[in-house]
Amino acid sequence: MSLQIKNGQVVNPLEMTVAKTDLFLQDGKIVGLGSAPKNFKAEQTIDAADQWVLPGLIDCQARLRDPGEPEKANIESETKAAIENGITSLCIPPDTQPPIDNSATVELIHHRNEMFGHQAQVYPIGALTRGLGGEQLSNMASLRDNGCIAFSNAKIPLANNLVQRRAMDYAGGQQSLVIIQPIDHDLLANGCAHEGAVATRLGLPAIPEAAETAALAKDIELVAQTGARTHFGQLSSARSVDMVRRAKAKGLPITADCAIHQLFLTDHDIGNFDSNMFTIPPLRSQYDRDALREGVADGTIDCLCSDHQPHEVDAKLKPFPSAEPGISGLDTLLPLTLRLVEEGVLPLAELIAKLTLNPTTIMGLPGGRMGIDEVADLIIVDPESHWICSASSFVSKGKNTPFEGWDFHGSVTHTLVAGNIVYKAR
Amino acid sequence: MPNNSIQLDDNGKLQHFLSIEGLNQAILYEILDTADSFTSVTDRTIKKVPILRGKTVANLFFEASTRTRSTFELAEQRLSADILSLNVDTSATIKGESLLDTLQNLEAMQIDMFVIRHQDSGSAHFFAQHVRPGVSVLNAGDGQHEHPTQAMLDMYTIRHHKQDFSSLRVAIVGDILHSRVARSQIHALNLLNTAEVRVIAPRTLLPMDTESLGVSVYENLEQGLEGVDVIIMLRLQKERMRGALLPSEKEYFRKFGLSQERLQLAKPDAIVMHPGPANRGVEIESSVMDGDQSVILQQVSFGISVRMAVMSMIVGQSGLQSGGDA
Repeated sequence: MSLQIKNGQVVNPLEMTVAKTDLFLQDGKIVGLGSAPKNFKAEQTIDAADQWVLPGLIDCQARLRDPGEPEKANIESETKAAIENGITSLCIPPDTQPPIDNSATVELIHHRNEMFGHQAQVYPIGALTRGLGGEQLSNMASLRDNGCIAFSNAKIPLANNLVQRRAMDYAGGQQSLVIIQPIDHDLLANGCAHEGAVATRLGLPAIPEAAETAALAKDIELVAQTGARTHFGQLSSARSVDMVRRAKAKGLPITADCAIHQLFLTDHDIGNFDSNMFTIPPLRSQYDRDALREGVADGTIDCLCSDHQPHEVDAKLKPFPSAEPGISGLDTLLPLTLRLVEEGVLPLAELIAKLTLNPTTIMGLPGGRMGIDEVADLIIVDPESHWICSASSFVSKGKNTPFEGWDFHGSVTHTLVAGNIVYKAR
Repeated sequence: MPNNSIQLDDNGKLQHFLSIEGLNQAILYEILDTADSFTSVTDRTIKKVPILRGKTVANLFFEASTRTRSTFELAEQRLSADILSLNVDTSATIKGESLLDTLQNLEAMQIDMFVIRHQDSGSAHFFAQHVRPGVSVLNAGDGQHEHPTQAMLDMYTIRHHKQDFSSLRVAIVGDILHSRVARSQIHALNLLNTAEVRVIAPRTLLPMDTESLGVSVYENLEQGLEGVDVIIMLRLQKERMRGALLPSEKEYFRKFGLSQERLQLAKPDAIVMHPGPANRGVEIESSVMDGDQSVILQQVSFGISVRMAVMSMIVGQSGLQSGGDA
């Protein structure tokens, strides 16, 4: 199978360039950039004039709810949503039911993706502790051999700092990446909104910044102690950005991401108790949002993710504090990213790097690059297409979006995985 | 500012009563004036008017309540409503029925108005967003958010004694952090142009950015009481001691309890209020509670007229003019 994509504006996150370049694909790989290799004969040609050609996006944190919560979503529904929205790889946290703490579950996920999936790559993140119970280490070496790309305890607390130190030592010893979402559960308590004027006015149980930063400070110290390569997920506060910036400056092996909705929404968007605005960590202040954007711009924040958490309607059809937290984010990841470009946070290629080159480098995955011999996971985007966000037209099974009615520019016209067209917009 | 227009219809009339925030001064005065006209009803031998005749009101209490629930029931009876009262904590929701299912099942019984108390902040808005058009929701307390009828009966009590709000200094003392009453009172006092609203509490019982509610904050009771016209004491829940918010009831009383001696710091004609139920010897000394300046029991009786006023305004009748005799 050979394919030529001609006349497109190719976004190269490694070179940080956007330039009109023809692409030549063969046997699932990129074999030519600009000029065809000798004897190349295209069986198929896509004319991408006036369109952008990007590496397929890698979402480093997306819950597919499979196995365990079919009422919310499953691998079939969510890989379809991914592919149609330009996401060719999904990293899935271990808090499935049962959790990803044994090889059988890893195999089950791979098997289901082969049987029912829509060609997106699904990369399981293994549980750091057995059953995510926070006490005993999981069989990390076997899990890694079976395809777990990193280890995390998701949002579930570890029993104590000693377990955390040993888990990081063990993972670090086998050169595995540790992913931590910093949460101090005592300070989180039953909170559901950022501690500030909005929570005060609405009488919502509040989550202080220290629920994140106190944990993060300890986590950074344990990175310094153990040397374990560690990625911090879904940061939400200005002080966290500052702490990660300083830790990186000291040379600690740290990377970080934030959920893209944190770059747009603040606690003010809770309005009249809109449960679609309930997230953990919570939507914070404008000051935090601006600091996160600065962190994205200066490289403190390496990756953006959807932090996709699809829910059934009933999960959100409750008073705010009783609703389930999280946003269905696959359908809005790319348009929100493009909006950051419009708003001048970073140029296109540099922002796209946070959804391609950076996550593949950090997680050790194929793809995310525009170069000879790279896997041909590519997407073509029409930057001019204008649409209005509506949950009812989401591909994801989860319709829980806080972006209803937003104006977006840019939509995916083609998605290619390993050189095959797996999605083509009608 | 959030859009609270769900409470008001296109003509600016009350259709739900969820929070003081989002209402305007004219509506608050209309409630107070309407309540005035009902106070005379409650003084009559036959205490009923037919304003809610033929209407069914459901009292849904997901949290225990004595005072609020009984004054609501009395108000409904005096307006001639048919009444259905449910303690929901002992009913279907614990069997797994969702809140909305409970609500919709009751709606199917042709309920016209729901009076709801629920432990989640925002629950009143939630119910109002999901009832059928024409069905009204009254908030009888939602989590730590608002308790608007309590605030209005407090405003009624203050006006009864002090007339003009614009010259008043009002101090609210105690657990502001967890108090839906305090939030509603603060919004109401500010909407009525009160000269100064003070809150007095130890820092552990103050929410973040308390000043943003439009109050001045005191962490010292003596300083905060200086020269005030109205003192509102809040109930201190025993469980606050367990959450490490306070060391002991004794120390709280020593620093934040209202004693005769401290009462002297306020204006000589200051009134003392408490939404109840009070803990004698914890937030308030018995001699103050039963003293000349206390209007605590009046608050309870005014509660009936104020709730009658709100309900009659919701069904589109302001006071007795169109209600006729009974």
